[in-house]
Amino acid sequence: MHLSVSNLSAIRGGEMIFSDLGFELKETEALIITGHNGSGKSTLLRVVAGLLAPASGDVILTGHPDGASDDFNERPFGEHCHYLGHENAMKPALSVTENLDFWQKINDEPHLEIDEALEMVGLPALAHVPFGHLSTGQKRRISIAKLLVSWRPIWLLDEPTAGLDTRSEAQFADLMKVHLEDGGIILAATHIPLGLKNTKSLVMGLPAIETEQSI
Amino acid sequence: MIALFLRDIRLSWRAGGGALTGVMFFLAVVMVVPFGVGPDLNLLARIGPAMLWLGALLAALLGLDRLFQADREDGSLDLLIMNGAPMAAIVFIKCLAHWVTTGLPLVIAVPLFGLFMNMEPLGILATMATLMAGTPAITFVGAVGAAVTVSLPRGGLLLAVLVLPWTIPVLIFGVSAAYGAVEDPAPFTEPFIVLCAISLFFAVIGSLGAGAILTHSDH
Repeated sequence: MHLSVSNLSAIRGGEMIFSDLGFELKETEALIITGHNGSGKSTLLRVVAGLLAPASGDVILTGHPDGASDDFNERPFGEHCHYLGHENAMKPALSVTENLDFWQKINDEPHLEIDEALEMVGLPALAHVPFGHLSTGQKRRISIAKLLVSWRPIWLLDEPTAGLDTRSEAQFADLMKVHLEDGGIILAATHIPLGLKNTKSLVMGLPAIETEQSI
Repeated sequence: MIALFLRDIRLSWRAGGGALTGVMFFLAVVMVVPFGVGPDLNLLARIGPAMLWLGALLAALLGLDRLFQADREDGSLDLLIMNGAPMAAIVFIKCLAHWVTTGLPLVIAVPLFGLFMNMEPLGILATMATLMAGTPAITFVGAVGAAVTVSLPRGGLLLAVLVLPWTIPVLIFGVSAAYGAVEDPAPFTEPFIVLCAISLFFAVIGSLGAGAILTHSDH
């Protein structure tokens, strides 16, 4: 599996947000996108996810993971991604289990059981609590559990650790490591170190440079 | 898809879902009519179907603005778009769930509200049948309006203004079929069939249109 993004530009409201961005990622690799506020990190992730049309450039995925169906590369790119945006995409009136169960059914390809996923984010006791009753950090962790209940090779994470305490951050770093070891790809926009080693990094708001480094 | 249908139904019954606000509004409209037109029972019976239809039409518009807005605000809409299922199918399912929780209760409430209007059983039955066939059309046209106004914080009024003109044919054929059942020379079957056709037509056009608008609204 090889993700290749080339020559990508995005225009929002007549203003060029970024232009001529490019990077290459293959299985087990992560790209950390950094940059000051308004530099276009979120826009980049939304363009890659297919939620915004790019002004130019392509997002191309070649090859497919072991065991993937034959039409893997023909399906829209967004179908291979988990997108964790600023919002948690959960309904406050439904319980945690009902929310996760819904996304698992909608996304198909179940991965972990809901109980297991809640165990992984350290909130097994909250399964039947309405989502709206949780704290900000707990909500975020449930949203992270959503990434685990169905399998998507590519994770697009927009400020994934917003609202998390240090212990949960470490826990999330472990989950990301496991995902990379399973042959996944991660693109994360953040301004705090995520605790991953050997990641590629992309600094937005500067002339496009791509460097290999350890964070 | 079944999961989406069940989730939307469940949400509308939970806190803040507002499944019964439509019926309450319907009740309010029908309740004030006799006070407005006076205690003439024959007149009430004659305008009954039209009043029920008007009340149901306005009640069906209520709450349509939240059809996609709630999903957009909490980020669910993004994930539904990325999911790969045709957006038109998702819109169709959401409309169906919306109709079951807001349109169907209106139909079920008609026998009671028909009594307020001194309507005879046949007229009540005909009004129920026409509402059953016609209110889905209002939901599906409304879906297009809801998709257009999805990003507006107070889109409700704009939505009603956008959608009302498109519901006029539904109202015309719905009311004339309901009259056709009780008043002899007027036909019931023909306008009723046209009403069904309008609903089917809007189910397709509305789903496709709203789906296309939602997928491209951010582009």
